[in-house]
Amino acid sequence: MPLAREESSPLFAGTAAGTLRLIFYLALAMVLMVLDHRNGWLWRLRYATAIVVEPVYRLASLPADGFHALSVAFADRRLLTEQNQRLREDLLLANAKLNRMAAVAEQNQRLKELLDTQHSLELHVQMARVVGVDMGAYRHRLMINLGARDGIKSGQPVIDARGVVGQIVDVLPNSATVMLVTDPDHAVPVMIQRTGLRTIAYGSRNGQQLTLPNVPMAADVQAGDKLLTSGLGGRFPQGFPVGEITNVGPSASGMFLEAHAQPSADIDRADEVLVLHDLPEPAGPPPPIAPAGPPASDAPAPASTVAPPRATLPAVPASAARPAATPPAGAPST
Amino acid sequence: MSRQRLSFWWFVGTLVIALMLMLVPLPHVLEAFKPYWPALVLLYWALESGDQRVTLGLAFIFGLCSDLLTGVLLGEQALRLCVLAFIALRFRSRLRFFPMWQQTLAVLALLVNDRFLLLVVRAFAGESTPPALWWASPFVSAALWPFLFLLLDDLRMRLRLQ
Repeated sequence: MPLAREESSPLFAGTAAGTLRLIFYLALAMVLMVLDHRNGWLWRLRYATAIVVEPVYRLASLPADGFHALSVAFADRRLLTEQNQRLREDLLLANAKLNRMAAVAEQNQRLKELLDTQHSLELHVQMARVVGVDMGAYRHRLMINLGARDGIKSGQPVIDARGVVGQIVDVLPNSATVMLVTDPDHAVPVMIQRTGLRTIAYGSRNGQQLTLPNVPMAADVQAGDKLLTSGLGGRFPQGFPVGEITNVGPSASGMFLEAHAQPSADIDRADEVLVLHDLPEPAGPPPPIAPAGPPASDAPAPASTVAPPRATLPAVPASAARPAATPPAGAPST
Repeated sequence: MSRQRLSFWWFVGTLVIALMLMLVPLPHVLEAFKPYWPALVLLYWALESGDQRVTLGLAFIFGLCSDLLTGVLLGEQALRLCVLAFIALRFRSRLRFFPMWQQTLAVLALLVNDRFLLLVVRAFAGESTPPALWWASPFVSAALWPFLFLLLDDLRMRLRLQ
């Protein structure tokens, strides 16, 4: 009986059919990978199969949730009292600050109205819970329990109480994936709070840090400087804390200074995050106003010598203004 | 008949549990040391029941399922698991009669090879190279292999399944 079974897997020589089959499957996998990389098939497929995929995520997050619940249930009474005390103090402090800020905010609002800008200090946020699912080591992704049904869209910024966490990259019906600011593929346009210098903070390859690889040599940057979002690029609203610079040194090329920063958000330990709903004002000058003139119906129907130049004139400033308007919006995202 | 069906469900169940274990998060410190569970369970079944159960097609479908769950790149794990299953099936008759320590070394070699494949795929996809600790996972997986093998084998014997 065992001898008969050995026929299928001989000791030394393999069969050509097996190798052919391997080549077929490898080719299939490669085709799938290329198509997915080009067109993002995977997420469409995931969206279609969300009814199967999402319960699996919920099931896989159960151990982490259970552990969290257990740690709360068996927590020391002293520990809880301490935590409670700390939270009360934080609340008191925050309320005191808010009260002091209220008058300033009101004044700011009035002045802004005078200046006729639409920027407001109010936040439109949605609270989301982090689903405890492993998205792969060194993947710099989080999964949250809000999705397309809650009005989440790709590109929305995600913050926590201390700063920017990242942005939404992929949306399923009931959950969404957040790309963290520490991802090597992620970039945030930032501003150094002390000096107002604008630069870009990238995620770093090794670990939980941010890198600012192109700070000008002459710039005044020190360890301890706070980074805020600059609002350029049209993704993150202005003025949210991003991180704190830990060290500055010359970059490998010697042309720039390279700074490293610690993200201010509690990225490893975040349980709850906020998804921002208001996007910043679009960067760049406002779109050109359509030139006022006599309505086209008033123009004489037969072609005259005056009408053609008047009809072509408005097209020239509009096309000239567009290239000027696009670079500020596109530049920081690259 | 019902025993056959039971052993089929036991087979499917272990594969599903492997996918689940892949998704369950570990504490942040241990994250890099996480074993690649789907590969280990697939290897066990490839060695245990050969191409009666584990074929390249099954490895491919299983890989696609785990791709769908991890959401990295469709086809990535399908490719890796196909290669793994192919090598395991090709050398099955020898691997099965190895003493446990040799088998563990063979599993380590297979998993390191798998990591190389992953590195190549990631490089083509334009991702940055991972840090050195990323290579720890095959060693942890190989260290767990004897225990996993004995556990699954023991359970299979106790339940009198094929």
